[in-house]
Amino acid sequence: MANGVLIYAEIRGGELTNATWESIAAGQALAAALGTTAKAVMIGNGLADHAAKVATKDLAEVLTIEHEKLAMYTPDGFAAAMVEAIRDADPEWVVFSHSYQVRDFAPRVAARLDRALIGDVIKLKVENGQVTLVRQIFQGKINADVTCRTDAPRMISFQSGAYRTDAAKDGSASVRSIATEVGSVDIRWTAEERFKEVKGAIDLSAAPRIVSVGRGIKSDENLGLVRDLAEALDAEVAASRPICDNGWLPMDRQIGSSGQTVTPQLYVAVGISGAIQHVVGMKNSGTIVAINKDKEAPIFDLADFGVVGDLFEVVPAIIKKLKE
Amino acid sequence: MKIVVCIKQVPRRDDLLRINADKTWVDEASLSFEANESDTYALEEALRLKEKHGGEVVVATLGAADASKTIKEALAKGADRAIHMCDAPLVGLDAVATARSLAAAIGPESPDLIFTGLQSDDLGYGQTGVLLAEMLGLPHASIVIALETSEDGATVRAKRELENGWFQWVSMKTPALLTIQSGINKPRYASLKGIMGAKKKPVDMKTASDLGLGADALTSREAIGTLYIPVREKQTEMLEGDADTVAAALVSRLRDNGII
Ligand SMILES: Cc1cc2nc3c(=O)[nH]c(=O)nc-3n(C[C@H](O)[C@H](O)[C@H](O)COP(=O)(O)OP(=O)(O)OC[C@H]3O[C@@H](n4cnc5c(N)ncnc54)[C@H](O)[C@@H]3O)c2cc1C
Ligand SMILES: Nc1ncnc2c1ncn2[C@@H]1O[C@H](COP(=O)(O)O)[C@@H](O)[C@H]1O
Repeated sequence: MANGVLIYAEIRGGELTNATWESIAAGQALAAALGTTAKAVMIGNGLADHAAKVATKDLAEVLTIEHEKLAMYTPDGFAAAMVEAIRDADPEWVVFSHSYQVRDFAPRVAARLDRALIGDVIKLKVENGQVTLVRQIFQGKINADVTCRTDAPRMISFQSGAYRTDAAKDGSASVRSIATEVGSVDIRWTAEERFKEVKGAIDLSAAPRIVSVGRGIKSDENLGLVRDLAEALDAEVAASRPICDNGWLPMDRQIGSSGQTVTPQLYVAVGISGAIQHVVGMKNSGTIVAINKDKEAPIFDLADFGVVGDLFEVVPAIIKKLKE
Repeated sequence: MKIVVCIKQVPRRDDLLRINADKTWVDEASLSFEANESDTYALEEALRLKEKHGGEVVVATLGAADASKTIKEALAKGADRAIHMCDAPLVGLDAVATARSLAAAIGPESPDLIFTGLQSDDLGYGQTGVLLAEMLGLPHASIVIALETSEDGATVRAKRELENGWFQWVSMKTPALLTIQSGINKPRYASLKGIMGAKKKPVDMKTASDLGLGADALTSREAIGTLYIPVREKQTEMLEGDADTVAAALVSRLRDNGII
């Protein structure tokens, strides 16, 4: 009978991801609540060092699936290997982090096993063995309690930050390599090396103060207002994705999961709703100020100071005050 | 080249969301609707490929009767025809059941390319495209931010967005499925001529039984229970009053704390 929790440990660019430790913490918490144990699985080629690191956590076992076809990530290779890991471990629950890599292959695993992947979960609640998962919908404006209606294996991916990396409990696990048939899988991708775009003139990660602008600014003609505020605060200008998508500011000003991660002393979010993909890039800033006309905007959940109001009235007033 | 674009109609992003009385969904009566943001980029990318290679752009939408508005808009922008899956058993499906429905409608079309958005702005599963690829036995690339096609359309080279500013190009043979990220292009507006022309373009209405989908295929694997507004966990100091008052309060807080 299916039993236990299987945690996916992700390697990206040759390194274990930070989110892996969050997944381990999440998987351990789920296992503890269900009175069972957790295993981890990693997929790649040449995994010994990574496996040894994961094996220092409180896990029943660390499984590795290694093959030269898995040296570089492909959805075909990783989906096939993950199905093999699930067959081997026969878990009740499978835990992933909601990373771009997982988003790319885990749905294939779900479809192959005809199961749900309950994605982007921020919290789990266990009552009498019944697991309820909390997902954000409408870009973080509403939460939904979600349950899984199928038999094992039931799959979950946790949102970045749902569990703390340092919550992963230490222990000592054995490492076991499992046999794989991935050699016979048709890999339909030719993948090139990963790369970063040439960095712009400004590295925002070093900026002490940032004024960041979102879609609330309405049009690029209004950007002057934000530039003036930045100047008055001696801050750099940054933006949410839609501003860069529209070409109003260059891509290297984008903050978030696909842009830069910043930790300035002061982060002023002007007309930004606070979607998780933006928040992961700025949540560790020192003091966060949010200016938004919607009092329920998720950005207020992280702000130290919140101003509910029209940015076209509030920002000029702040600039005036700063100049006094 | 035949390209199918999956477009979902979602509540307009600036509309105020209210949870309905039984807390199972939002109150839709007070909302207006639009095409999901990344889907509009997917449509634009398809229209550009059609301009380059010739062929046909087909819109596939699963949604209530009033999704016809979003379909019309896509036709006005230049899509050639649409498939509208509209039937009571097709309401409120999870990602797996949605993908299964889309697969049933799109499979027989045998397109060269299928585009979806990378994520819907309402349910935000971020899965439908990849599930659809698996169900149709196609390769895929997700979170695509640039796209090149070979002259004969037999291969595509897609630039994928990875985390933290990393990118990667991947190539594959068509037929293939791509999930499109916002910002890949500049979506066009419908022209007046396009709007007039859209009225004559065919929209193929499909029910669950047209698609050969029984109750089992349409059973959601995950169930949404109660909806609620998230409780704020951080002690945010909300500054209140007219603009000058809040500006003064904010600036003095920042100065007192030595931040500026
Ligand atoms: C895989 C993936 C990766 C992504 N990567 C990123 C990323 O790196 N960075 C990023 O930012 N996003 C990213 N996104 C997009 C993200 O999900 C959100 O869509 C985006 O952050 C929203 O930007 P916004 O807050 O500016 O716009 P919106 O969500 O539209 O919010 C605009 C806000 O402005 C407010 N407003 C409007 N008018 C006024 C006014 N007059 N005065 C005051 N307030 C006003 C509104 O109340 C609203 O809260 C990504 C999404 C996905 C799926
Ligand atoms: N009901 C639907 N009708 C058409 N396309 C859809 C539907 N639901 C999801 N999609 C497509 O799948 C993408 C991802 O949606 P999701 O998996 O819900 O985040 C969307 O951007 C659409 O392109």
